[in-house]
Amino acid sequence: MSDGLRTQIGQLARRSVLRTLRQPAQIVPALIFPLFLLAVNSGGLKGATNLPGFPTDSYLTFALAVPFMQGALFSVMNAGTDLARDIETGFLNRLALTPLRGAALLSGLLAGAVVLGLLQAVTYLLVGLTAGAELAAGAAGGVVLIVLSVTVTVAFGTIGLFAALRTGSGEAVQSLFPVFFVFLFLSSMALPLELLQTQWFHDIASANPVSYLLQAFRSLLIEGWDLGELALGFGIAAAILAVGMLAASRALKTRLVRT
Amino acid sequence: MSEPRPAGLRAVALAVAWRSVHNFLTNPAFLVPALVFPLFFFVSFAGGLSAISNVPGFDFPPGYTAFQFVFVLLQSAAFGGVFTGFGIARDFETGFARRYLLAASHRAGIVAGYALAALIRAFVTWTVLTTVALVAGMNVYGSGAEVFGLYGLAVCVNLGATMWAAGVAMRVRSIQGGPLMQFPVFLILFLAPVYVPLSLLSGWIHAVASVNPTTALLEAGRGFISGDPTVVVLAFGLAVTLPVLFALWARGGLRRAEAAG
Repeated sequence: MSDGLRTQIGQLARRSVLRTLRQPAQIVPALIFPLFLLAVNSGGLKGATNLPGFPTDSYLTFALAVPFMQGALFSVMNAGTDLARDIETGFLNRLALTPLRGAALLSGLLAGAVVLGLLQAVTYLLVGLTAGAELAAGAAGGVVLIVLSVTVTVAFGTIGLFAALRTGSGEAVQSLFPVFFVFLFLSSMALPLELLQTQWFHDIASANPVSYLLQAFRSLLIEGWDLGELALGFGIAAAILAVGMLAASRALKTRLVRT
Repeated sequence: MSEPRPAGLRAVALAVAWRSVHNFLTNPAFLVPALVFPLFFFVSFAGGLSAISNVPGFDFPPGYTAFQFVFVLLQSAAFGGVFTGFGIARDFETGFARRYLLAASHRAGIVAGYALAALIRAFVTWTVLTTVALVAGMNVYGSGAEVFGLYGLAVCVNLGATMWAAGVAMRVRSIQGGPLMQFPVFLILFLAPVYVPLSLLSGWIHAVASVNPTTALLEAGRGFISGDPTVVVLAFGLAVTLPVLFALWARGGLRRAEAAG
């Protein structure tokens, strides 16, 4: 990486991180809302651990994977809304007049998502463990879990960037939120895949990549080290990241041509 | 030439309701979420959690689909009211509500009109939700009167939530008050026996759900659909009391809005 590119990324990353940290409205819901649902679901669905084949006797441990995914969904909104605001206020137009490279812009904008993802992952893990969840993979597993969480958060953040560049509207990015919640709800969020009895729901959840991301998180929490589950989880996150970055890069080119 | 007589409360209410319902039915941004979200919750809860009915101690003869239908029905009733509150807040932001306040001879009719609109919106949602549930094979063991009781509870919940949200909207007079309208309703709904009966909850959630009024509404509703009515007097007592209390809250909001000009 050239010095120029490094400087460009550094400047935009600093701006992105500061902007994220200065907006409690972005951070607080992303921390509180998933933890509230974790508390409610782990209390309400505790009885599910009595089902034959349920992988653990602690529903809290099973459900702790979900906040990591919900946090990633928030990053779609946060990364996308920030960029959309830059488009709406004309900041992107001003950047277009500088020799800034597209890769620097996109990478820099994702720095805020990385910081928020890290903050979320550490908070969810600490709260979960304090509440009594298990971490079968131990301390090293905790580190891998945080790395996976940040990777997934950044991967989903690229989708937010793509949406912002395509639409140029913060409102349109916000309207994507329910769409991503559909992916979460139609997954193995509440029960393991093998315990989903309704056939059509099982089929959809089996085809939904979110189910496998959840399984990767759960493997560290419940089973210990399952390299197959982890490889699948990281692989899916990397694929979303690659596709998201490619789509965002193309949308950026189109957006800059328009301006 | 005699001056035109000022419109009565009923005429004001009907005019406000007509505009709100017209906006709801002709704007996909309002109509689609109102229809899709309850269906989505119903599908994901009833479909994804059906194995919960195999948990030892879970005894609900009509099945898990009917068990979840009652929750989603009451949830859609509550959120129908909250979304109407969003509409009121938007009317204040755009200045339209001020024109209402200037033009209406009976200002209580404005609130009544919003409440009527919320109810009509809810009926549209319930029609779609019920149709989908029946097509999906939901069992209804209750009699006609019991099913009527279930929808009666939903009407009261809708009215109560509308009055709550209207009170907030007329105090804040901005869509920024949205979370304040929405979050308490979300909280009270989900701190109830959503996935399993109260008897299968344990720990803090059992303690909270035991004193949560939503629990009585859910239990009564589930009793109606299973043909085994339970806690009916308590549920209807709450269902009638809450809208009355929140109507007083909404009236206070209307006074604040009037004072603000």
